[in-house]
Amino acid sequence: MEVTTSHYVVLSTLLMLVGVIGILTRRNILVLLMSVELILNAVNINLIAFSASQQQVHGQVFSIFVITVAAAEAAVGLGILIALFRNKHTVHADEIDLLRW
Amino acid sequence: MMDLVFTANDFHVLKPAVVLCLFGCGILLSDAFLVRRTGKRWLNAVTALVGEAIVALVVLQHLSDVRAGGAFSGLSGSIVIDGFGVFFNIIFVLSGALAVILSVRYMEAEGEHRGEYYALVLFAQAGMSIMATGNDLVVLFVALETMALSFYVMVGFLRRSKRSNEAAMKYLILGAFSSGLLAYGFSILYGIAGSTSIEAIGTAVAERPDGDWVTTLALITTSVGLFFKISAVPFHMWAPDVYEGAPTPTAAYVSVASKAASFALMIRIFLSAYGSAAESWMPLLAGIALITMTVGNLAAVTQSNLKRLLAYSSVAHAGYILLGLVAANDAGLRGIAIYILAYVFMNYGAFALIAALRRDGEAAEEIDDLNGLAGRAPGYTILVAIFMLSLAGIPPMAGFYGKYYIFLGLLREGYYVLAVFAALYVAVAAYYYFRIIRACWLTGSGDKPAALDLGLGTRVALVGSGVLTVVIGVLPQRFLALAGESVLLALR
Repeated sequence: MEVTTSHYVVLSTLLMLVGVIGILTRRNILVLLMSVELILNAVNINLIAFSASQQQVHGQVFSIFVITVAAAEAAVGLGILIALFRNKHTVHADEIDLLRW
Repeated sequence: MMDLVFTANDFHVLKPAVVLCLFGCGILLSDAFLVRRTGKRWLNAVTALVGEAIVALVVLQHLSDVRAGGAFSGLSGSIVIDGFGVFFNIIFVLSGALAVILSVRYMEAEGEHRGEYYALVLFAQAGMSIMATGNDLVVLFVALETMALSFYVMVGFLRRSKRSNEAAMKYLILGAFSSGLLAYGFSILYGIAGSTSIEAIGTAVAERPDGDWVTTLALITTSVGLFFKISAVPFHMWAPDVYEGAPTPTAAYVSVASKAASFALMIRIFLSAYGSAAESWMPLLAGIALITMTVGNLAAVTQSNLKRLLAYSSVAHAGYILLGLVAANDAGLRGIAIYILAYVFMNYGAFALIAALRRDGEAAEEIDDLNGLAGRAPGYTILVAIFMLSLAGIPPMAGFYGKYYIFLGLLREGYYVLAVFAALYVAVAAYYYFRIIRACWLTGSGDKPAALDLGLGTRVALVGSGVLTVVIGVLPQRFLALAGESVLLALR
């Protein structure tokens, strides 16, 4: 069977849904950050699949920017998580309850 | 083959962001090598203000260029300087400068007065400046993230405060989630058009058949991402937490500037890229606007914390601004512009009032903390009245004209039901804004009253915003004309 662009789009949609479900159901902040990465990787699959199907380089360039942004987001996210852990000694979203979530 | 030479024109369109980034880096360096040795922390704020002044000159230069020769673009059309972008850049300069002025005293009192903060204010503004002028998905996405990443750090800047940590964590998770969805929508738009340029996408979307599921998926993911950013219901739950936990000047900056930038992005994407699919998103936006106003206004009534109250009121304001996009005619879009301009002054004013309130050296943020201020600080009370009346949209304050033009836009398009609901909610909003004014006259429960800690910066910000809120309200012609120039993306 030949792998077409629509296969990639289905894959990326599934990956995005896994990320969205992770954000909505998991309570460990590290897992939440991982779920965000899954969504951004779904974006990358899309971009590269479209880029290949249209014989263009734009999508690949876009995906490099997305990877950069994902790295920056992870860095800032982990930094904030460390600050939070120093004060509260937990990475569990349910125990982070000073503000009404 | 595209022309890949970097010209003077390319530099000209990028100038605001370039100046902001240079000054941001300059603050980081001077803070590390000069300011920390001399201990004169306020120098960082002065450097930031000099940067804002230069950006203001550049933006005025852009404005006169646009007035003389119409919109122009640079960097292969990925950045467009038009009346719309220039108008939003003016908003960002005003809010960036106000954020710097307000922060000096507040950060000093909280013991976190460091140079990085001012650098982040400028970096966030650089992102917003490109968000309002960008015309290409890659540029817009990177600009959005530049803004958002700076804001996450600023919200968590009080690193010893658990509330600030928590607010930053929530903001980051939900913000990154919404950016991810938005990027997913962008990737599908790229797939549809085979180009990242907004115009090319607009043409490609117009050629898709009606009810096409790919376009619908792109529309849904981008809208959800944008609804998060403007804190529209049901994606608003981060706003009260973030505003309560963040340093008060940052909360003001997030509520005004990040919202304005997200609206700029939203207006450009909806009117240019999805312009042809208006029939499918108009009902969606109208519904979201309606529940946003309902939830924002009703939740604000029950709040006792001033920052949470302002957060819900800002959710409600987002609903009103969305209505301008639902109308999408000249009056509606002009209404959005004048609404956001007035919102800068009245909301900064309101947050500055809170930033000045202290009880035993701690930040005081409850409505009851205002008790007894009418007798002790009449000037402060007058400002409370001005900002609250303006937020409620009562003439002759600035907040009135935004609502007026948005309602006018709705009526011209025949959205009578929406206009009636929007007008009814103004009455609800008046209730909780008047509650704040009334609190100043109550004597309170016998506790020691809250003290006012008004530094020079806070005084300047308060009086400046107060005067402008009244001036825009009393002499609106010039400001309405400026708002009119920002309406270039006429849809119908």
